[in-house]
Amino acid sequence: MKNTIRQVFHSPKFLVGFIIFVAILLLTIIYPIFNPGNPLQQIGLGTFAPPGTYVSLYDAVTTGTSTFRLDDAEANRLAQVLTDDDRISMVNWLTAMDVDVSGLDISDTEALLEVWFANYDSTARPEGMTNAQRNYYVRLNNNLLSMSTAESLTVTQPDDEGEPEEVAEISDTDYVNVNDVANVITLPLGTDNFGRDVLKELVSAIGTSLLIGLVAGCIATFIGLLLGLLSGYVGGVLDDIVMFITNIFTVIPSFVLLILINYSIGQENRGAMVVALVIGLTSWTWTTRSVRSQVISLRNRDHVNLSKLSGHSLVRIVLTDILPYIASYVVMAFILQISSAILSEAQLSLLGLGPKTTEVPTLGLMMNWAMLYSAHLGGKWWAYFPVIGVIALISFSLNLMNTGLDQVFNPTLRD
Amino acid sequence: MKNDASTTVNMQEHRLDVKNRPMCLSGKGVTKYFGFGKKLTKAVDHVDFEFHEGELVSIVGESGSGKTTLSKMLLGLINTTDGEIYFQGQKRDISTRHKKKEYWKGIQAIFQDPFSSFNTFNRIDTVLLDCINMRGGKHLSKDKKFEMMTEACSFVNLKFAELTNKYPFELSGGQMQRLMIARIFLLKPKILLADEPTSMIDACSRATILDMLLNLRNETGMTIIFITHDIGLAYYISDSIYIMEHGKFVESGSADEVILHPKAAYTRRLISDVPKIHEAWDLSTV
Repeated sequence: MKNTIRQVFHSPKFLVGFIIFVAILLLTIIYPIFNPGNPLQQIGLGTFAPPGTYVSLYDAVTTGTSTFRLDDAEANRLAQVLTDDDRISMVNWLTAMDVDVSGLDISDTEALLEVWFANYDSTARPEGMTNAQRNYYVRLNNNLLSMSTAESLTVTQPDDEGEPEEVAEISDTDYVNVNDVANVITLPLGTDNFGRDVLKELVSAIGTSLLIGLVAGCIATFIGLLLGLLSGYVGGVLDDIVMFITNIFTVIPSFVLLILINYSIGQENRGAMVVALVIGLTSWTWTTRSVRSQVISLRNRDHVNLSKLSGHSLVRIVLTDILPYIASYVVMAFILQISSAILSEAQLSLLGLGPKTTEVPTLGLMMNWAMLYSAHLGGKWWAYFPVIGVIALISFSLNLMNTGLDQVFNPTLRD
Repeated sequence: MKNDASTTVNMQEHRLDVKNRPMCLSGKGVTKYFGFGKKLTKAVDHVDFEFHEGELVSIVGESGSGKTTLSKMLLGLINTTDGEIYFQGQKRDISTRHKKKEYWKGIQAIFQDPFSSFNTFNRIDTVLLDCINMRGGKHLSKDKKFEMMTEACSFVNLKFAELTNKYPFELSGGQMQRLMIARIFLLKPKILLADEPTSMIDACSRATILDMLLNLRNETGMTIIFITHDIGLAYYISDSIYIMEHGKFVESGSADEVILHPKAAYTRRLISDVPKIHEAWDLSTV
């Protein structure tokens, strides 16, 4: 036994898979300790805030300032305002007015603005330009002008009589230290459509999905093992009955079955564990068939005959003479069952048939929400890409562990 | 260990005349068919046999002649299609688990492949302790059990002290087969069914195993049913021989009778197939 475990951990494939899996598992355990709270709490009002660090503007105004005179401050400010679309539009206007723009790099804000301010005329109207387009250029020009002519901003607050009273004056050279601002939050993966912290939600979802996988895998492996052992060892009529049922379940695509059962249970009754139970109850057939065939090849071995001759009971023979011989196989099947259960949950939830959406996040539910709110169309990658990555990583690590085990237990596969 | 040359020279010495001894195991019209319709295979087809107490009887035949099927029926591991088996003069009844357990106290087996005969997850002491428990020795003291196991191992020239906490797969094929005989020594059944016990082990261990079987028979008086495809080996060891072809006994009788005066063509063919070196010590010396 000790030897086998040592062998298993000497398999590089198993080790890599195991490390990835344990890392994911540790993340779900450790992250909530540092960032406690309800993962489904809506912290933001808008949808899909991009990843980054958010500084409270309100607190920043009243925070003590330092003055820095930086040469590129203005250019940076302008670059931040000018989007790529704006830059292309500017070049289009210049081209339409027959200005020579050859050799102009649109990502060079300073050079672009120089050409723009030298040539832009709000009264000029290139041929074919609509009124709306002209107004856009006027607005853009005004924006740029206000940015480049730095004036101080005055922050006011209504006093007792309702008259505005100056609270602070902010000049373009004022800076605040982020550490001094009272409220700063970092959202490594931004927020989702409901304004929830995606990372916190993701960590919680990994935990739930792994639990669903584990429960479904246990149920499927237990049923598969029990039926496989019984029908394989006892044989006869029992074998016929079990194989009849197994074949029926095999020919009905289990995913269709999953959809139908989950639909009929209804949204309100579908908790995470109910979904796990349903997945477990529809995916045992594969284990049954393979365990049965292994048992049939074992049951006529001499050591089983010897055990019979020693007067051992059926239960004892199955537990001591057959089960240990197929244990490695069952462990491998179990790992695959976990992996496929996690994928099944993700598929079901994506279709809107997963666990109910109000209690816990799961990986599939997060993808479902991202899809419903068109995150993929709006380019909000943080809402779905990390989820896909984690699902891929989990099933990759589990499959790697399975392959590693396969090589240990079946030496002919070693390369 | 006895030198096997000495036993070969005096191979007639151990032959017993068992004709007048009481019947230990007999069968009338024992049959086993597999499949049905066009795929019907008559593995064992209405065979009659009589094995006496203390007799060493060989069943000889080619592969596929039904020897192993017959042995499994005798052991009660598979059911007979037809026919009756009588154990110690009474009709055998193994309809319940309890009755089977009782029957198996009277009949035990040694299988062909020593490497697959043991559960690789059980230690050797577990295997031997199991035998003591089966003989109703559960309540015996630890020392007594240890003594019994040591005795059984020394009977087959194994040192029990070196075997404790070892697993069967750590032994050689010959050692495993000897351990199997130690198991039989502890169980002391009325009948031992040895299904080609020497075919998977090397020639040196073979003579040792055969000697041990003979010793076992001489010491405990058990009936040994020796199943083999090697007619030379059968002649060397047995009191009487049954020749089996296509599920039927084509010839039976005392070893000398069958080998020296074969009646069936099949027997003559089997004898002529024996390699010359056997023939030299086998037929010319008698």
